[in-house]
Amino acid sequence: MNEATASDTRNVDDAKPMIEIERLNKWYGDFHVLRDIDLTVAKGERIVICGPSGSGKSTLIRCINHLEAHQQGAITVNGIEMTRDIKRIEQIRRNVGMVFQHFNLFPHLTVLENCCLSQIWVQKKPRAEAEKTAFEYLERVQIADQARKYPGQLSGGQQQRVAIARALCMRPEVMLFDEPTSALDPEMIKEVLDVMIELAHEGMTMLCVTHEMGFAKTVADRVIFMDQGQIIEQAPPSAFFNNPRSERTKLFLSQILGH
Amino acid sequence: MNDQSAYRTEMLPPRQAPDQRRGIGGWLRANLFNGPINSVVSVVVITFLAWCLWPFLKWTLFDADFLGSTRADCTGDGACWVFISARFESIVYGFYPEAARWRVDIVFAMMAALVAWLAIPRLPYKRWVGLFALVGFPVVAWILLSGGYFGLEYVPTRAWGGLMLTLVIATVGIVGSLPLGVLLALGRRSKMPFVKAVSVIFIEFWRGVPLITVLFMASVMLPLFVPGNVEFDKLLRALIGIMFFWSAYMAEVIRGGLQAIGKGQNEAGQALGLGYWQRTGLIILPQALKLVIPGIVNTFIALFKDTSLVLIIGLFDLLAIIRAGLTDANWLGFSTEGYVFAALMFWVFCFAMSRYSQYIERRLNTSYRT
Repeated sequence: MNEATASDTRNVDDAKPMIEIERLNKWYGDFHVLRDIDLTVAKGERIVICGPSGSGKSTLIRCINHLEAHQQGAITVNGIEMTRDIKRIEQIRRNVGMVFQHFNLFPHLTVLENCCLSQIWVQKKPRAEAEKTAFEYLERVQIADQARKYPGQLSGGQQQRVAIARALCMRPEVMLFDEPTSALDPEMIKEVLDVMIELAHEGMTMLCVTHEMGFAKTVADRVIFMDQGQIIEQAPPSAFFNNPRSERTKLFLSQILGH
Repeated sequence: MNDQSAYRTEMLPPRQAPDQRRGIGGWLRANLFNGPINSVVSVVVITFLAWCLWPFLKWTLFDADFLGSTRADCTGDGACWVFISARFESIVYGFYPEAARWRVDIVFAMMAALVAWLAIPRLPYKRWVGLFALVGFPVVAWILLSGGYFGLEYVPTRAWGGLMLTLVIATVGIVGSLPLGVLLALGRRSKMPFVKAVSVIFIEFWRGVPLITVLFMASVMLPLFVPGNVEFDKLLRALIGIMFFWSAYMAEVIRGGLQAIGKGQNEAGQALGLGYWQRTGLIILPQALKLVIPGIVNTFIALFKDTSLVLIIGLFDLLAIIRAGLTDANWLGFSTEGYVFAALMFWVFCFAMSRYSQYIERRLNTSYRT
């Protein structure tokens, strides 16, 4: 991939795709959660996925690191095709970091241990090296001073920043954010979004399920609107917010922006 | 001149009044006599307790005889603890040959040292000591207790007895049933149908039969099914039976803990690329086991007390050896002393386990630690 394209225009079609999803279908029993999803994400692209609850947006990104199994279709991440083979799945997971709505930090480990656990056990790094990396990322999310504390002693915003640092410690190619600010008190949303914006500016490939439309306008290359398991509309933020094409998108936008 | 006077010229500052909220007096005032109604209730309850306990204390302590060697030394109205002290050796060692009892002492000392080392958080090398306790110590203990190697006299397990046998059974039961219980609990939650089925059947079978039946089967029925020339040690059979039986209980206790851990913990581990055993060992089990410490220790305590059921297959544990002493023609009529002493011994061990578990719970409580 050529660097000039990456840094300025980020044209999707030029680059070798980081994530390729083809005709993805998933059912929970009889309920058809994902219908024929096609999605290609270029390296360095930042995508915001929005839609009403139950539209399948979380399920979609959880399929990318196989937290959910799909029944039909193909997912390729960084050139590795997803199969049922657990070795293959774990290989993909090493390239994909994930941040959850409820943080999911390990409460019995300190902040530092949370960040070192997978480096030591998955990447087989010596502890000292793992801690160095951990401090590097904790510094970046501005929480290094809390490294020896337990998650239970931190505020929600701090916990979510630790969760982001923990995922970054594995030096992933892609970051998935599953409603990272939905469980936070309003005054803590900004500190988490600031970290995400900084990450976006550094060129991380990101898929964010979020209702933070301000974040979408600031950093997204593409906004995807999902409803009832389908991608209804996708467009750059300016086009998406100013000229939504479908009625459902218009209705959705009027509901979340129309205060 | 004035400043060198033998007398002070100014008043000393007033001393603080004695703090009445501390000490026994303060505690009594704060908890038992903080108001007319509470004072009356306290007096009534204390009188009642004294009235109930007094005869017991009189019997066990004030009117009891402690010194001597025969029943003729028991002259008071109270308990005759001479009965216990005269038989103390057999209560501790059972029928273990006297000349070899030093071997039991060494095993006791090693066990006490290992337990203390593992139980006191400050001491280092926990991992290695733990590994030795699980792998090295059983071998050493077996060689010492059973003998037959290195010129040690062979002592068959039927000569084992008393406190020593109780501790052997309880230790093997506790150390064996916990890991087995963990595996069964994990197996029962497995997505693999075969593993799940085996775990469910194992748990439901062993939990569904009384321990006495298990011991009886192990002792009487099993030899009928195996060829005559294969000889399993009776104690070994009982140990395996006890381990399986309690591991089924343990599995259900631990499963309760596993279910209390949110799905998110496992997903976070998956997302970080950790494999099943890594997630289980590093994330799920440390949290789940911590949650069910009270249940686990509850099971340990039940196990410890139920070791006395080996009596029915002819093994003489602490309680059985005391009971055997009751039929001694020289010491007829001291069954109360015997049972009270047995109860005290069991209580000491069980209470120690209970206190230690509470201490560990407090120590591992990270969610509110400041």
